[in-house]
Amino acid sequence: MIWVVIGASSTIAREFARQAAMQGAGILLAGRDRDDLAANAADIATRANVPVRVEHFDLADASEHSALLESAHSFANGAEINLFLAAGTMPAQAEIDADPGLAAGTIVTNYTGAVLLLQRFAPVFEAQKSGTVIALGSVAGDRGRLKNYVYGSAKAGLHAYLQGLRARLVRSGAHVVTLKPGFVDTAMTWGLPGLFLVASPAAIAKAALTAAAKKRDIVYAPFFWWGIMSIIKHIPERIFKKLNI
Amino acid sequence: MIRWKTDRFAGWGRTAPALARAARPERQAELDAAFAGAREFGATLPRGNGRSYGDAAQVTDGALVLGTRLDRFVSFDPATNLLVAEPGATFADLLAAFLPRGLAAPVSPGTMYATLGGALAADAHGKNHDRAGSFGAHVEWFDLLIANGETLRCSREQNADLFRATIGGMGLTGFVRRLALRLAPASPFVRVKESRVDDLDEFFEEFAASRDGANFTVGWVDALAKGAQLGRGIFETAEYAPDAAQRPPGLRAPKPIPFDLPGFALSAPIVRGFNELYWRRVPEAGRTGERALDRFLYPLDSLADWNRLYGKRGFHQFQAVVPDGPARDAVRDMLEKVAATGNASFLAVLKTLGGEGHGLLSFPMRGVTLALDIPNAAGADELLASLEAIARDAGGRIYLAKDSRQSAATFRATYPRLAEFEAVLAEFDPEKRLESDLSRRLGIRGGPA
Repeated sequence: MIWVVIGASSTIAREFARQAAMQGAGILLAGRDRDDLAANAADIATRANVPVRVEHFDLADASEHSALLESAHSFANGAEINLFLAAGTMPAQAEIDADPGLAAGTIVTNYTGAVLLLQRFAPVFEAQKSGTVIALGSVAGDRGRLKNYVYGSAKAGLHAYLQGLRARLVRSGAHVVTLKPGFVDTAMTWGLPGLFLVASPAAIAKAALTAAAKKRDIVYAPFFWWGIMSIIKHIPERIFKKLNI
Repeated sequence: MIRWKTDRFAGWGRTAPALARAARPERQAELDAAFAGAREFGATLPRGNGRSYGDAAQVTDGALVLGTRLDRFVSFDPATNLLVAEPGATFADLLAAFLPRGLAAPVSPGTMYATLGGALAADAHGKNHDRAGSFGAHVEWFDLLIANGETLRCSREQNADLFRATIGGMGLTGFVRRLALRLAPASPFVRVKESRVDDLDEFFEEFAASRDGANFTVGWVDALAKGAQLGRGIFETAEYAPDAAQRPPGLRAPKPIPFDLPGFALSAPIVRGFNELYWRRVPEAGRTGERALDRFLYPLDSLADWNRLYGKRGFHQFQAVVPDGPARDAVRDMLEKVAATGNASFLAVLKTLGGEGHGLLSFPMRGVTLALDIPNAAGADELLASLEAIARDAGGRIYLAKDSRQSAATFRATYPRLAEFEAVLAEFDPEKRLESDLSRRLGIRGGPA
């Protein structure tokens, strides 16, 4: 089997690709930073004796999507194709509020681009009648909040889309995992104030592989975020709207 | 964009956390930006996984550049077994990737969570020092980012002075951005021979009998035993066991410390009782069994964050080496001091070292090394000072990766190539950009800039 890893320069994707390769899967790394992807590819090839390919890819540019699909087919060479979607950006809400144009980019990378790509890949999974899509959602998508609502709304849209895609693909034996990480210790969160219960990227990657193996549908990582978000989701809106979170 | 955070950073012993800024580049290009950006905050220092015990990987009010996310393997050549890796790769990464292929680090420190960059900076040694020497002996070359922002390839032929200053140089020469390490053949299991040792003389007999024969040797010593029992312990020798069955039979997993021991209970009577049981664990006639390589090399790693056992005040680690000639008397003096105060843990290790390292500040010399954990409690400073004096007077030295207390005077008197080291720093870092709390305490280049 192969994993097509989208947004492969992100720390979580780097860890995921490593761990999947150590389990014997071939890895196609797709992302924007060519040098970094080449370094990740060398790392994977050195760690694990698996085939690795690098594709320059921008999720926001839908015209590139079909080329990636073709590359995946040729790389897989008949083996099962699986997809790990980790692309996304998270500008601070204050920056977006100051520059409304940033909202468009946030929605494209976190929602529109993901939907267009998955629409294109869905027939692959239907045809092979197996395989897994893991897409990174976010606990931020569970409830719109003051500090993160454009990003959160894009992730909320993605969550709903993935539910529908899951229903579509289960009919042909393929599976969709919605992975919702809490705070993760990445370059994106390094030095940010107010974080707690921060998980390592390696732990998130491991949770993703476990969720795929056990065919879980919606997974919080680490698991206790399910409890935290259950509480947050149940705070009445008239109170929640005044909270500074 | 490089983001800096302000936080407290300490060594593994957690005795003296230092407030500093820190950046954690994830890509090589970000490393250059972080290293350059560190300039505006004052002294700069690379840091790995924080496994050195004292103040070597912290710099008060300075800027740390963390290597933990520069952890990728770059290439591996099966013809020569040469691995090129970024400095943040750990011994655990190496084990997972290469042991299935019959290869391992030629030299490994006591924890697999140490980074390769950290092992280079400390010129770490392992249980096979008599045979294999220290870590730097197996490093072919590395690329070093130096104070002025240039990157220099360093090897025994190229920039040889920087090569020798960086091995064991405690991060003070610059940031190692990738290094080439020659791996060694290994197998997943070792055959371990354990024998009970009744006193210090018997330990030295065991050393003499096995140091040039066995691949791995290590001794655990009961640091609280007194009188006729002084220096009693358990001596282990081990060889790779390529013929081992998949699961090691008979021998139970090693438990050097009982994992459920609460931190406040590390008082002398309890440790004394534990040591008695631990010693008697091995039958009087000794025993031989097979053990997984990782359990043999890294027994403490089965307990995450074991340093927390010592509570908030932390602990000191003392490790000194003494040349063979005076070793027996010096070790006896040290153990007598420790036993008299009762202020020591069960984690006491006695072993032989084979010879000098490649680095200008390499720790090893041919002799015997004693390593002890000392809880940071009343009397710890006095005990450390007296152990330091014994080591110095016997012609020995103290390991910088463990040290938290030795005086600048002892350091200068016991590291004979310090002047050469300082000369290399003066040439490649004339502004004294790189500093650590350790370099300040030991007055390297005259102390703080």
